[in-house]
Amino acid sequence: MRVRVSGPALEQPVVVRRQWRAPALDELVAIVIALIALGPLAYLVWRSWQGSENALAALQHPRTVTLLLRSLGLAAAVAGTSVLLALPLAWLTERVAVPGRRALAILFALPMAVPSYLMAYAVVATLGPRGALAELTGRVLGIERLPEIYGFFGAWLTLTLVTYPYVYLAVRASLRGIDPSFEDAARLLGRGRLATFWSITVPLLRPGLVSGMLLVALYVLSDFGAIAILRYPTLTYSIYNQYRLSFDRAAAAGLALLLVACTSLLVLGERQWRRRAAFFRTAGSSRPAPRARPSVWAWGLAGFGLLISGVALGLPAGVALYWWLRARRLGEVLPGVSESFVHSLGISLAAAIVTVALAFPVARAIVRGASRLTRLLDLPLWIAYSLPGIVLALALVSLSAQFLPILYQTLPLLLLGYALRFLPEAVGTVRAVLVQQSPRWEEAARTLGLRPWQAWFRIQLPLALPGALSAVLLVFLTTVKELPVTLLLSPIGFMTLATMIWNATADAYWSHAALPTLLLLGTGVIPMAFLSWWEERSVRRGREG
Amino acid sequence: MRRRDLLRLGGFGLAAGMTVLAGCTGGSPSPTPAGSAQTPTGGAERTPAPVSLTPVQSPKAPTPAARSGTITVYSGRSKSLIGPLLDRVGEELGLDVRVRYGDTAELATAILEEGERSPADLFFGQDAGALGALAKEGRLMQLPAELLERVPKPYRSPQGLWVGVSGRVRTVVYNTERVRPEEIPASILDFAGNERWRARLGWAPTNGSFQAFVTALRRLRGEETARAWLAGIKALNPQVFSKNSSIVQATIKGEIEAGFVNHYYLMRERAQAGQPLPAENYFYTNGDPGGLVNVAGIGILASSRVPDLGLRLVDYLLSEPAQRYFSEQTFEYPLLEGVPAHPDLPPLHQLNPPAIDLSDLDDLRGTLALLQEVGLL
Repeated sequence: MRVRVSGPALEQPVVVRRQWRAPALDELVAIVIALIALGPLAYLVWRSWQGSENALAALQHPRTVTLLLRSLGLAAAVAGTSVLLALPLAWLTERVAVPGRRALAILFALPMAVPSYLMAYAVVATLGPRGALAELTGRVLGIERLPEIYGFFGAWLTLTLVTYPYVYLAVRASLRGIDPSFEDAARLLGRGRLATFWSITVPLLRPGLVSGMLLVALYVLSDFGAIAILRYPTLTYSIYNQYRLSFDRAAAAGLALLLVACTSLLVLGERQWRRRAAFFRTAGSSRPAPRARPSVWAWGLAGFGLLISGVALGLPAGVALYWWLRARRLGEVLPGVSESFVHSLGISLAAAIVTVALAFPVARAIVRGASRLTRLLDLPLWIAYSLPGIVLALALVSLSAQFLPILYQTLPLLLLGYALRFLPEAVGTVRAVLVQQSPRWEEAARTLGLRPWQAWFRIQLPLALPGALSAVLLVFLTTVKELPVTLLLSPIGFMTLATMIWNATADAYWSHAALPTLLLLGTGVIPMAFLSWWEERSVRRGREG
Repeated sequence: MRRRDLLRLGGFGLAAGMTVLAGCTGGSPSPTPAGSAQTPTGGAERTPAPVSLTPVQSPKAPTPAARSGTITVYSGRSKSLIGPLLDRVGEELGLDVRVRYGDTAELATAILEEGERSPADLFFGQDAGALGALAKEGRLMQLPAELLERVPKPYRSPQGLWVGVSGRVRTVVYNTERVRPEEIPASILDFAGNERWRARLGWAPTNGSFQAFVTALRRLRGEETARAWLAGIKALNPQVFSKNSSIVQATIKGEIEAGFVNHYYLMRERAQAGQPLPAENYFYTNGDPGGLVNVAGIGILASSRVPDLGLRLVDYLLSEPAQRYFSEQTFEYPLLEGVPAHPDLPPLHQLNPPAIDLSDLDDLRGTLALLQEVGLL
C-alpha cells in the first residue's frame, strides 16, 4: 500500500490561477448562459421600474422585514438540519459495509422526488390536529392535542424532509472523490477515527457540503407549496399573494428583487469563505476508500436513516395509496396517466442532460477561471434558482412572448426554463468534482501534445463523469416534480405527472391524484438504482484493476 | 472503456428523451384517450380559421381532421373539474379546443404579461375577481347582449366584458347530529362572539373563496364590521383549515360542528360516499353577506384572432347541455334560465344573495391587509 500525502495541499492552500488559460470557446459558452440567466433579473428590474410606486410601497411595508427574517431563519434552520442528517447518512452508505448498503443509499436520496406541497399535505394528514397520529395517540394514550404542526415547526419539518438529499448526494459524491490516503496518514500519525473525520474528512468535504447547503437554503427561500399549506408566511408567500390577490406584478417584482439581493449575498459569502482552498491530491494514485465494519453506532444510524426516509416517502405514498385503493373500489378510471408518465420521464431526462451539459462550461469557468469575473459567472444562475417558480415562469412568459414568439410554449423553451431553474444544482455538483482534480493533470496532458479540447475530453470529462451522473439524477428528480414553469411554458395540452396531480388536488379530487402521485414517487427509484449500480461497478473495477 | 460507454449512454439518453417527446407531441395521431387535450402541433402558431358568422351547432361530431378551427382556452378551472366538458365542446362544435390548465390568478397574470401576442382566445376563470382584473386592463372583448342576457344580471360584467357560467354559494355546513338548523344564527355576523360555537367552528382564512367573502363583507358592511367579525370568530378559537373540502370532511366526522364553505363540497362528498352523511348546508336566503354567490366565468380576449369561434364556445357553455354538466357533475348552479339546479339545492331564484358587483371583488389587497392585521395570515 502506498501512502503519500503532500502536506501543502492540506495546510497551505494552493492558489490555482493564472497558470492555465481556459479555452475561449468554453468561457464564451459560460458567458452566454450567464447572460441568458440575467434575462429574468432584467425583467424584474424593468417591471418594478414600470410600477415603482407599488414596488416601493411593497418594499417599505413594515411586514416585509418580518417576512424576510422568517424566510432567512427558515432557510438557515433547514440547511443546518439537512447537514446534521445528511453527513452521517452519507458516511454510512459510502464508508461502512452495512448490509443492504446500496439499497439504503438509494432510499436515503429518494425523498427529494417528493414535491414539497405533497409532503406538506402528507404531514398535515398524519401529524395534523385531526391527522392519523392524533387519532392514534388519542385512542391509545388519551392525548387529545398534539403539538401545533402549523407554523415554523411544520414548515421546517416538511422542507427538511424533502431537501436533505441535496446535501446527502453532494457529500456522497465528495466522499467518493477524497483520496483516503489523507485519512490513512492521519490515522498512522495517531489520530483517532473521530478526530480524523473532523480534522481531515470534513474540511475536504467542504465544497460539496457548502454547495449542498446553498441549494437547500435557496430552495427554502423560493418554496411556496409547503409554507402555504403549513401556514408559515415568508417573503415568497407575499410575492405569490401579490399576483393572486391583487394582480400586482410590480409589487411582486420589487419583493423578488429583495430575494435576489439576499441570494447574491449568500452566494458571494459562500464564495469568499472557501476561496483560498485546494481540495485535490497533488501526487499519488486514486483508490477507493476501504469500508469499515458496521459498529453498534452504524446500526443505530441505519435505523435512524430508515426512519427519516421512510417517513418522507411513506407519508405521501401512504396517503396516495389510500386514495388509489378507494378510487379502485369506486371503479374510477383516470385517462391520460400513462401518457403523462411518458411525458414526465422524457422531458425530465432531456432537461437533466441539457442542464448538466450546460453546467460543465460554467463549472469549469468558475474553477479554473482566470479572472474574478469568470469565477462569478454562476451568480446569475443562482439568482434564477432562488426565484419563486411563478416569478421565473412569468418572467420567461413575458420575455419569450415578446422576443421569441416562435419559441413561446414549445418544448425547447420549456427545456430552457428547466435549465434556468435548476442549473445551480448541476453546476454545484460538477464544480465539486472538478475542484478535486489537479490542474497538473491537464497541464501534463497539454505538455504531452494534446489540444485543450482533447485534454478536456480525455482527462477532465471522464474523471468528472461520476459527478456528472449524479448531477443528471439531481436535475431529473427536481424536474419531474416542477410545477409553475411546466404549467405556464409547456406546449398546450402537454400534461405531466406533476400537472396532473395539481389538476386533481386543486379541486380536491384526491382519487385522481393518487396514481400520478405513486408514479411520481416511483420515477425516482429507477434512475437512483441505475446510478447506484453503475457506481458500484466502477468501484469494483477500480479494486480489481 | 467504461467512460466512453457512459458518454455514449448519455447521448443515447438525450436522444431517447427527445424522441419520446417528439413522438408525443409530433404529428402522428395521438393514442390519447378522450380525457386529454392533446394537440398535433407544439408551437404557439395558429391557423386563421374559416368561420361561419352565425353560431352553428353541428349535429354530429366530425373527426378531428375535419374540425373547422382551433381555439385556445386558458382555464383557471382544473381539468378534473371541467376537462370532460371542454372535450365535449370541441366535439359538438367541430373545433379543436386547446386548453392550458393552471391557477386562475397565474393564468390571468400570464395573459397580462403576454400582451397582444397572447395565444389565448378565451379565459375561463374560477372567480369573478380575475376576470375583473383582465377587464380593467382592457384585455377583454365586448360580448353581445344576446349572450349576456341569458344570465341574470348580478352574474355578469356590468360592462358586458365577461359572463358568469356557473354559480357557487357560500354556505354554513353543519353536522346534523350535533346542530339543529334553528341554532344557526340568522346572520353570519352573529357567529362572532357567540359562545355556543366556541371551539366548534371551522374556517379557511387562506382560501380564495373565503377571502372573496371577506372582500364582499367589507364592501357591504364596511371595514370596521369586517374586522370585528374576523376578530370575533378568531376569539372563538375555531379550527383552521387550508381548504373548504377539509372543513366539510371534518364536519362530517363530527370533529367540528359547523364551518364556512362553498356549497358544492358537501355534494361532492355525498357523491363519493354513496350513503347518507350526517351533514347539511345552511343557505342564507335573506340577503345576508353569508349567502354571497360568486361565479366562475368566461371572457373573450380582445387580442383573439378568432373571436367568432370564441363566441360559439361561450354560446355552447351557456346552452342547456353544458349547463346541465355544471348542475350534475360539479354541483354548481347553472346560470342559464330554465336549467334547474341539482334537486338537493334550493333554486337559484330563491337564493336572494347580497347585492354586490362581483367585479369589485378583484381588489383583495385590503382584505389581505385586514387578515394580516387580525393575525390570520
